[in-house]
Parts: sequence; structure tokens; C-alpha cells
Amino acid sequence: MSGVSHLYVHLPFCAQRCGYCDFVTVVGRRGEHGPYVQALLAELELERPLLAPRLETVFVGGGTPTFTDERELRTLLTALPPATEVTVEANPETVTTEVATLLLDCGVTRVSLGAQTFDPQLLSVLERVAGPDDVRRSFYHLRDAGCDNISLDLIYGIPGQSPAALDADIDEALALDPEHLSCYELEAKPGTRFTHRHGEELARQADALEGYFERVVERLAGAGYRWYETANFCRPPEAAGGLDLRSRHNLAYWLGRDYVGIGVGAVSTVAGRRWRNTPRLPVYLSALGRGEPPPRELEALLEDVQQRERLMLGLRLDEPLVLADLAPVVNADALARMERLELVARGGGEAESGETLTLTPRGRLLGGGVTVELLA
Amino acid sequence: MSQDRIRNFSIIAHIDHGKSTLADRILEVTDTVSGREMREQLLDSMDLERERGITIKAQAVRVLWKGHQLNLIDTPGHVDFTYEVSRSLQACEGAVLVVDAAQGVEAQTVANAYLAIENNLELLAVVNKIDLPAADPDGAAAEIAELIGGAANDVLRISAKTGQGIEAVLDAVIARIPAPSGAAAASPRALIFDSSYDQYRGVVAFVRAVDGTFRTGEGVQAMAQGTRFEAEELGFFSPTMRASQTLEAGEVGYLITGLKDVSRLRVGDTLTSRENPAGEPLPGYKDVKPMVFSGLFPTDSDEYPNLRDALEKLKLNDGALIYEPETSQALGFGFRCGFLGLLHMEIVRERLEREFDLDLLVTAPNVAYQVVTLAGAEIEVHNPADMPPDIERVEEPYIRASIIVPKEYVGPVMELATDRRGRFDHMEYLSEERAVLIYELPLAEVVVDFYDQLKSRTRGYASFDYDIVGFREGNLVKLDVLIAGEPVDALSLIIHRDSAYGRGRALVDRLRQEIPRQMFDVPVQAAIGSRVIARETIKAKRKDVLAKCYGGDITRKRKLLEQQKKGKKRMKQVGAVEVPQEAFLAVLNLNDNGR
Repeated sequence: MSGVSHLYVHLPFCAQRCGYCDFVTVVGRRGEHGPYVQALLAELELERPLLAPRLETVFVGGGTPTFTDERELRTLLTALPPATEVTVEANPETVTTEVATLLLDCGVTRVSLGAQTFDPQLLSVLERVAGPDDVRRSFYHLRDAGCDNISLDLIYGIPGQSPAALDADIDEALALDPEHLSCYELEAKPGTRFTHRHGEELARQADALEGYFERVVERLAGAGYRWYETANFCRPPEAAGGLDLRSRHNLAYWLGRDYVGIGVGAVSTVAGRRWRNTPRLPVYLSALGRGEPPPRELEALLEDVQQRERLMLGLRLDEPLVLADLAPVVNADALARMERLELVARGGGEAESGETLTLTPRGRLLGGGVTVELLA
Repeated sequence: MSQDRIRNFSIIAHIDHGKSTLADRILEVTDTVSGREMREQLLDSMDLERERGITIKAQAVRVLWKGHQLNLIDTPGHVDFTYEVSRSLQACEGAVLVVDAAQGVEAQTVANAYLAIENNLELLAVVNKIDLPAADPDGAAAEIAELIGGAANDVLRISAKTGQGIEAVLDAVIARIPAPSGAAAASPRALIFDSSYDQYRGVVAFVRAVDGTFRTGEGVQAMAQGTRFEAEELGFFSPTMRASQTLEAGEVGYLITGLKDVSRLRVGDTLTSRENPAGEPLPGYKDVKPMVFSGLFPTDSDEYPNLRDALEKLKLNDGALIYEPETSQALGFGFRCGFLGLLHMEIVRERLEREFDLDLLVTAPNVAYQVVTLAGAEIEVHNPADMPPDIERVEEPYIRASIIVPKEYVGPVMELATDRRGRFDHMEYLSEERAVLIYELPLAEVVVDFYDQLKSRTRGYASFDYDIVGFREGNLVKLDVLIAGEPVDALSLIIHRDSAYGRGRALVDRLRQEIPRQMFDVPVQAAIGSRVIARETIKAKRKDVLAKCYGGDITRKRKLLEQQKKGKKRMKQVGAVEVPQEAFLAVLNLNDNGR
């Protein structure tokens, strides 16, 4: 076996916690950035036997990776194994000229910028630090440093966001001409501070917000972007000098490939086993301080569970999903019904790969429901 | 024992007025059971009976008092079991009418008193619970005197709880209730007033010997049904089973038949000897017919065989329950069951859920309809879905309802009764404070939520009783509900034409709220025949997808989808539409305001 070629690295530090966020994050703790990076590198050494000598992708996510102390960030990026695609997540207010240069110097090929919205009012609802100008400024710092693959994250369905405000956000984003966009509907998780504060408003707006996803897809597709995954859009090869600008790292998840994750709360899936590192920073640090792997939660993925996941993930993509080895988890009656409702199209009967499934555009808007139907 | 030393009597009362407590106290005072053996409400043998404080099945206990044999025949306390009550009363010469000193006369007091009077019983009136702080024994006695005639002074005052006055009741039973007067030397005749089923010994008949003598081991025949069997064992309850060689004229006891099917021995039939048969049966046998029907479906279709077994077992102890397989395209396989009334339905459902651990979906109850088709065929319809399209005439059962209320609630009760197509018959004042209203109402208007409405409009003060008075023609129509163009059999209703539009609109609106949005537009329509009278559309979902899904989320998102999948399995599939089970109950909860 040639080894796993996708590596995820988690940097949990943030300047502050945004109300809607449910990732593993740690506020401030500048003093711990150094020890944490050392722990990450120790875990990387422990996992090295699982990894291929040359990786396809590395993804440094957070938290706010670019909030990490610059010296420590440089240490980390320099020590990571080489890869064809190296993505780092960044928050606009942290991307100075220096940081942009640092990233590019250290081999980063792609930056995912958490813009979320350009509306000052909505930014404050999301409790973001950045203002609209920070977003634009950071984008140009990255461009000036030579970054030719920038992704913008947008959030829609923010409490108080009107359809006009959504259109304005999309206009702002398109004006920057990013290679890639990720657009997420705001998820108000039960029990979060955010839901407590804005839940009623969201419930009131629920009907109006329902059309926003459609609007986002319509606008971005209209601007020439490829809607290649439920929440992800990129410039197509013909508009990008033949380059495939999809996130190769995330594609690995959606295609059911193995990946190794390091850091607090990071998840790995290798050869039918999935494990999640402890989400607790002190526990993580002390385990690796002793040279031991951090405490992990293990999950064995049986064959049928792996098939279910491949169906669930595969249906998020715009490419046909090969049915052949998923047949045991697909309900044939439901498939026929979904086809009659024009939510699913079948194809590839003659092709070597065998029968395939593709969701129609409306099917993709209802992809979760369709998946639930299809699962046997 | 010679007949002049025998007294046969029942205790009749409105629910909770203390009938069972009085029976317990009588067993104690007569040393039939020791205090240690005493359990609360000893005569109610089923758990459910004890819990609900009502008696479902009549039983008889023999006690001895001052050289006399007293047979206490316990009667069911509710209207649904009127026929059984009346059989029990026919086995007696007298009845103790118990009235709560704090509550006074209630609807079932009236109904039971009238039943007793119709059966020519001597009534012995008793005011119970005189120990309560709120007791008004004189007021209650005056109401009884008003109801049954006689002097308020003759009404006994007791507390079954403390035991005060119990001996006086027993003395009065001997002094005032007549002894039986059957022909001791004639061919034997006995009235079956109840039966139960024993797993090992088969059907046990509770009988009142009227004439002659029955002997253990002799051949016996049920005169109306013709069923033949051997009297495997005769005996009486005291309070447990005690075998005896004979049952003589005037005595009350049991007869073990060995029959394996309760339906072969009906309450009200007359038993006689095959060797020495009587010429004429005792009067008054009638076949009880269920009047209220509903569909019982297992929530989980795999439970169907268990439901069938449970009904079979229940039927062994409940001859009045009928059922037949029913297939609903919406709810799958189940049974259409017939009940004597609403309480009977509630008890059967509860026993199925509790004793047999079944999860049931019960459709809205409906009544029996007598239909004459255009072709002149007469059919009885037990299920709205079976209503034929070519109707000449439909008749529905009517009841005579007595409703007792404090006078300030007379207005709201009249309003409710009128809303429910009631025809006012008359009103009487029981006292200055309370009135009894007599209405004739279609049973169909009562089966859904009449009682709840009555209680809420009178702050719980109304008491209600009814008996069936026969079938009458009604201007009735069948209202169908179509979901995505498909008629849903389980939601069909038969209702009066005048309320069809209101109900149709309310039903459709309710279903729009109950049925979750699907991946396509779903029209919901109410129709009479091919004419749509109400329509709503459940708009298709426009978005149903998880916002993001990356390496760290996969397990959680997969579990979320699996959870949704499980939720869908509890839905019923109507064509391509998933309908939650609650929606099928929407018809149950529709009141006139379309609440």
C-alpha cells in the first residue's frame, strides 16, 4: 500500500469565538501556540508510517490558522510534508502583507478566506471581527503576494439578511473574482449562544430564507462558476487555463478516500477505521508531551456504512456517481420514484463503469431528502 | 335452601358513588372474607377495573346474614354495558340504589334507577359517604325521593368507608326485598347474566336459577342459541369459587361448561336441562349489536399477527367485542372492531396496549349505518370507506340522552346539543339547583368529542347517560379526503350534509398543518362524490440539504440522515406522500370551530 495522501492539520486558535461556530476552537492562549505546534509535529511523526512519502493535499484548518503566532505558523508549514495542493484557512483581519508573504513562502498554494458577508450589520450579527474593508484588503494582500487560488467563504440566511442584501454580498464576492467560493446556509445549532439570541428571528424568516440557496446557485452559475459540490463553486477549466480549481482536499472526502487528521478534535479515516482526537487542548498537549498519541474515539466502519457514506457524499457532487458497488444500500423503489419526480437521472448504462446516478439541479437542492429516500 | 330464605340483589350507582366499597364492606360484615384477606374493591378482579375504578364484568357473591342467603350481584356501572346491567338486574328481586351524599343524583343514577324499575325491582335507596365534610345527606335523600317516589325519611344513611349503617342495609335487604318465587318442582330454567372464560375450564356462566334444580354432570342446553354441553361443575362464589352439587330455584351461582368459545353462550339466554327441558325460555333475550366501530391498526405493520392473537384472546372474555380484518390502503392491515359504546372501545384499546403491549393506531370512530341502495338492497355499513355510491336512503342510530347539570349550565348544554343535531325532548328539575335535560341525538354526533365538550362547557359538572332508541333517516353524505389525488380511505367520514363544508375545510386545513412538506406539491382535497368542496396545497420543499460536509462531520451527518430515515419509517405512505400517523387522527380532534 502506497499510504494515505491527504493530511488535515487543525489549528484551533482564534481571537474570539463567533456565536454560530461549533468547531473545536481555543480563544487567545498565545503562550500555547508554540507547545501546540510542537505537539502537532510530534503527532505527525507518530502518523508518518500511515502517510505516502509525497502527499496530494494538505489542508490547514481551524480555528483561525492565520491567527497563530507567525513564527510558530512558519515552523509548522515548513515542517509539513510536501504536497501538490496546500490550503490554509484565513480570517480577513489576520491577513497582513507579512502573513500573505509568509504563506506563499512556505509553499501554500491555496487560501480559503472566511469572508462570510460584506454587510457591516450582518458581520456584527455573526460576531465577526473583520469589517467589509478587511475582507477586500486581505484578498488583495494575498493576490499581491502571488496567490492565484483563493476561495471565499460566504454565509447566507443570516438573521435580518434581506434578499437584496444577499444579492449585494454575491455582487461584492464576484467583484473580487475569486477562483473558488464556498457558500453555506447559516446553521443555528440548538444550544448555541447564537440560536438563543437569534432563534426566533430565524424561525420567523424561515420561509423567506428557503429561496436563498436557489438564488446563490443561480447567481454564481450565471457568473460562470461550476457548482461542483452542494456548497462549493469554482471557475471551470475553460475559464482557468485548463486548471481544475476544485478543492482537491475536500474532493478526497467526498470521494470516500482515506485521510489523516492531526490536532485537537481532528478526525482520520484509514482503511475502514475512523478516529477522532480528544477535543481538549490540555489533554492533547500532555499526551504528546509524553510522546504518546492523544486519547481518541474510535469508530469501525463496516462495509455497508462505508457504502452509505459514499452514497451520501457522492450525491453532493455534480459528477455521476457509479452505482455498481453501492447497489446493496440503494432502495430500488425509491430510486425509481426519485427518477419519476425528476430529482435523479440515471446514466452510463453502456459505459465500462456501469450504471451511474446524477442529481438534477432541483434534486441537488433537495439532496439531503433524496439521500434519505435512496438509502435502503 | 328454601326460597323464602334467599334474597337476590344488586347495587346500582353512578360511577364513584361507592358501589364497590359498599360491596367490600358487606363481605366484611358478613364474615365472608376476613379483614386480612380484604383487598380494596375485591369484586373487581381485573387490574384495569381497579385502576379505573369501574367494574367491567358482573360477578355474584353469596353471603350469609341472620339465617338468610344473600346473593349480591355486582353490575357494570356504565351506559355501554346497559344490556349487561339489565341482565344482572333481571337476576334479582331488588336493588340497593347508592347515591353520594355530596354529589346527589347523577345521570347514571337516573338511568340505573329507571332500568331497575323497568325490571320490577324493589329499590332500597341509600345515601353513602355521609362522613364527608361536604356531605348533604338530606339534600341527596330529597333528590332520590323526587326521582323514585317515596319518602326521604326511608332513605338509609351510611358510610361504606367507615362501615357506618352497613348492618342496617343488610337488615333492610331481608325485610324489604322480596324472596324469589320460582317453581321449585318445574323443569329447570336459569338466566345467564354474565360469563367469563377460564383458560383451563372454558366458558364459565354466571346464572340465576329461576325454576327447578340443576345438578352437576347433567346435560344442559342454551335455549336461544341451542348450544349443548355438560354442567361440569356447579357452585357459587363466597367470594372464591365453591363447588356444590346443585343449584336450586332462586339461587345464584356459576356453571362450568367446558365450552371453548364464549360466543357460543350469550348473556340473556336461558339454560335448561336436556333430560327435562322447559317449554319456554325466560323472556327478554336479545342479541346485542355493536353500535360504534373503528379501525385498529398496528403502528408497526409487523405487529399484525400479534394484534390478531390479542383480539382472539380478548374476545374470549368479551362476547360483545366483534372484529373483522380490514385492509386500508393508507394504514395497511388491521381490524375493524365493533363496540357497544365509547367506553367499551376505550377499554378494549387500553387492554390491547397494556396487556398485549401493542402500539395501535385507532381511526376515528363511526356508527353503524343502515343503507338502502338505489337498487333496493339493504346493507349495514360499519366503515365509511364501504359506503356504496348509489344511496337511496341512509339511517343512523339515535340515542336518548339524559344530561344532568346545575341550572346555570342549562344554556351551554342546550347550545351544544342543538349544534349536534339534537332534538329537545323535555327538561325536569331534580332540585332547585339541578336539572335533567332529555335530548334525542344522532349517536354519530356523540361518538367523537361530545363528552369532552359537555365537560368543558359545564366545568365538569354535567353527567351524561344514553340509550339507543333506534335508527332514523338522516341527510348524510360521505366526505372523502384526497391527498395528491388519491382518496385516503382511513380519512373518509359520513356526516350531515349541512356540516360537510365546514368539516371539509377544517379537515383539509388541519391536514395541511400535519403533513410535512414533501419534495413535490401535494394538493389536499375534501370531496363529496366527485365534487371537491375544499382544497389546500402543501407546497414542495425548496431546500433540503446539509450545508456543509467535510472530513470531521461525516459520522455526524450520516447519523443525522439515518435518524431522518428512521423518522420516515413511522410515516404511512399514501401514494408517493408520506403522512405522519398523527394526521390520521386529525379527524378526531376537529371540533366545530375547526380548532
